[in-house]
Amino acid sequence: MSTITKYQTASTAFVQEAEVFADLYGKAHPTLAAIRKQAMVAFSSRGIPTMKHEEWKYVNLTSIAQTEYRTASPADSQKLSKSDIEQYRYAGKDAILCVIENGKLNTAASTMFSIPAGVRIGSIDDFSSDATVMSQLFTHASYEEEAMVALNTMLCYSPIIIKVDAKVKCDAVIQLIFATVPGADPLLIPARVLVVVGEQSEFTVVESFHTHGSGALTCNNIVSEVVVGKAARVHYAKVQVEGEEAQHINYHKVNMARDSFQHLTTLTLGGAIVRNNLNIRLDDEHVNAYLNGLYVLNQKQVIDNHTLVDHAMPNCYSNELYKGIIGDQAQGVFNGKIWVREDAQKTNAYQSNKNLLLSNQASMNTKPQLEIYADDVKCSHGATTGQLDDEALFYLRARGIGESVARSLLNHAFAADVIEQVENETLRESLMQLLDVKLSAMQIEA
Amino acid sequence: MLLIKNLQASVEGKQILNGLNLEVKPGEVHAIMGPNGSGKSTLASVLAGREEYEVEGGTVQFLGNDLLDMSPEDRARAGMFLAFQYPVEIPGVSNANFLKTAVNEVRKSKGLTAYDSKEFLQIMKEKMKLVEMDKAMTQRSVNEGFSGGEKKRNEIFQMAMLEPTLAILDETDSGLDIDALRIVSNGVNALRDGNRSFIVITHYQRLLDYIVPDFVHVLYKGRIVKSGTKELALELEEKGYDWIKEEVAVGA
Repeated sequence: MSTITKYQTASTAFVQEAEVFADLYGKAHPTLAAIRKQAMVAFSSRGIPTMKHEEWKYVNLTSIAQTEYRTASPADSQKLSKSDIEQYRYAGKDAILCVIENGKLNTAASTMFSIPAGVRIGSIDDFSSDATVMSQLFTHASYEEEAMVALNTMLCYSPIIIKVDAKVKCDAVIQLIFATVPGADPLLIPARVLVVVGEQSEFTVVESFHTHGSGALTCNNIVSEVVVGKAARVHYAKVQVEGEEAQHINYHKVNMARDSFQHLTTLTLGGAIVRNNLNIRLDDEHVNAYLNGLYVLNQKQVIDNHTLVDHAMPNCYSNELYKGIIGDQAQGVFNGKIWVREDAQKTNAYQSNKNLLLSNQASMNTKPQLEIYADDVKCSHGATTGQLDDEALFYLRARGIGESVARSLLNHAFAADVIEQVENETLRESLMQLLDVKLSAMQIEA
Repeated sequence: MLLIKNLQASVEGKQILNGLNLEVKPGEVHAIMGPNGSGKSTLASVLAGREEYEVEGGTVQFLGNDLLDMSPEDRARAGMFLAFQYPVEIPGVSNANFLKTAVNEVRKSKGLTAYDSKEFLQIMKEKMKLVEMDKAMTQRSVNEGFSGGEKKRNEIFQMAMLEPTLAILDETDSGLDIDALRIVSNGVNALRDGNRSFIVITHYQRLLDYIVPDFVHVLYKGRIVKSGTKELALELEEKGYDWIKEEVAVGA
């Protein structure tokens, strides 16, 4: 069978699976059922992206097409307990832990008793009478433009919803723990999150992605939609530490209302193939958006960060800093687009991508893209890819620091400033620790 | 302590050191002077173990060990210290963290326990006084945004923290104003304890007014062509290097 045929066969199989539970939302949510149908049409016509698509040039999804994936169902969930999850806690003992096991909320493994007033977390059944939430569900990430969003929309059977009312300051970090438990057959996990943040509220969310145990291949197909209300402040971190065979395709769409603020950090340390698509829309005036990313890769890992900062309105500020350390035969891709629309006068938009290559076989493809349709703006971008500074290395060694420790110290110094900007101290320290564990593992190999 | 015999070294295929001999005994201060391109900095680099310098011949013994066989970190751990002519900026690594790592790596190599943060801070505080360094400088990234004088003071501060057996100062006086020169020299003099030895590489006699050497050597064309006491430095200051070059020409 040719590769193209395989892509088609796999795509058809996914559609057939979706048809099996076509009545998923039944009569209770006719709108959602209609959206699912449209997503099926969209996916059928597009199919799984191949490397011939410009946007998928460096990420080979052949293995998704060639592996006979079965879509995770409720039967694949509810195996994990609280004690299994404890190791994934990143934000202290007060954190709200919400465990999403193979795509479905596992309440028994979650720790949600400390949720403050004004914050609600649950699945679709908990929100069916909430018109605000229901009208937002499945509407932000575009299944028409992105095949993998369409795939998620048609297969996702249990979206997780977080709703924060207006004027709520939630001190406890909400951590969404996406635990993939591999089974006997390859599993495709279509998980979905909707976060609706009320006006003037402030809180911190962490999405962390883990592979729990071992088994057949897994592929996460994640869509997160975050709706940030007026003058709300959202601190968001995505922590990707999956196992070395895990595949992960992630769409993250944020809509930001007037005067809102968000700080979004994406840390990628694990996984075989990770593709992140961030789409941040600055939808009204006086919005501040920070997007930071750090990826540290070894062996044959592939990371592709596609980001879009969409300045739709005047007087907004965005700042994007992505850094990578790439060793062995790993490959990195950064495709960062800043789009300043015609109305978005007085935009300040900055972007920087810096990379360290640790081996001759490591590679990095970086492509900053600025599309500016307004005339009174300040925008800048820059990208560098280089190696560890030999002079600095010698300087450290000349002070008695062994070569391997010296390399670790320099790698850490390069990467740390991304994590240092994470506001929550406990979370920041956990991320720093994850970084150092990964860096020292890379050092031993080198 | 240090015994260099017939040292020959090249960089990028060009021979720089041509049979250099030097012996440094415990507690001695040796000044090495010489015209530009005579091999002064090459000597410092070869002793510290820079990889781009190729040793073509000769031997260097340091405390009875074959120095040329040791990695740069092992040389430092054995008690050698090079104060860099151009200290390197290392963004993201704080001076304090850098020094704590260095001091503890050296201690570990000697079988000593690592200092904890409190002990280390105490020691750092004492040594900071030697070079009139303030606390803010220890929290900044290594040499990042430091002035020329601050960088050189930082070198001496590191030397004080690492307490080497032999310190090589590579043109530590270059780019210093008179106040910085005084501070740096005072720091060095405070570390002269009768056992610690120094090799002071300099262009100018001025530094030797502050750090008074036991011996002065003139390096020319990769060899030490003349040795004397501190008076030799004064003579060089007065007469320049031409008479030395002539002597060498006649001798050859």
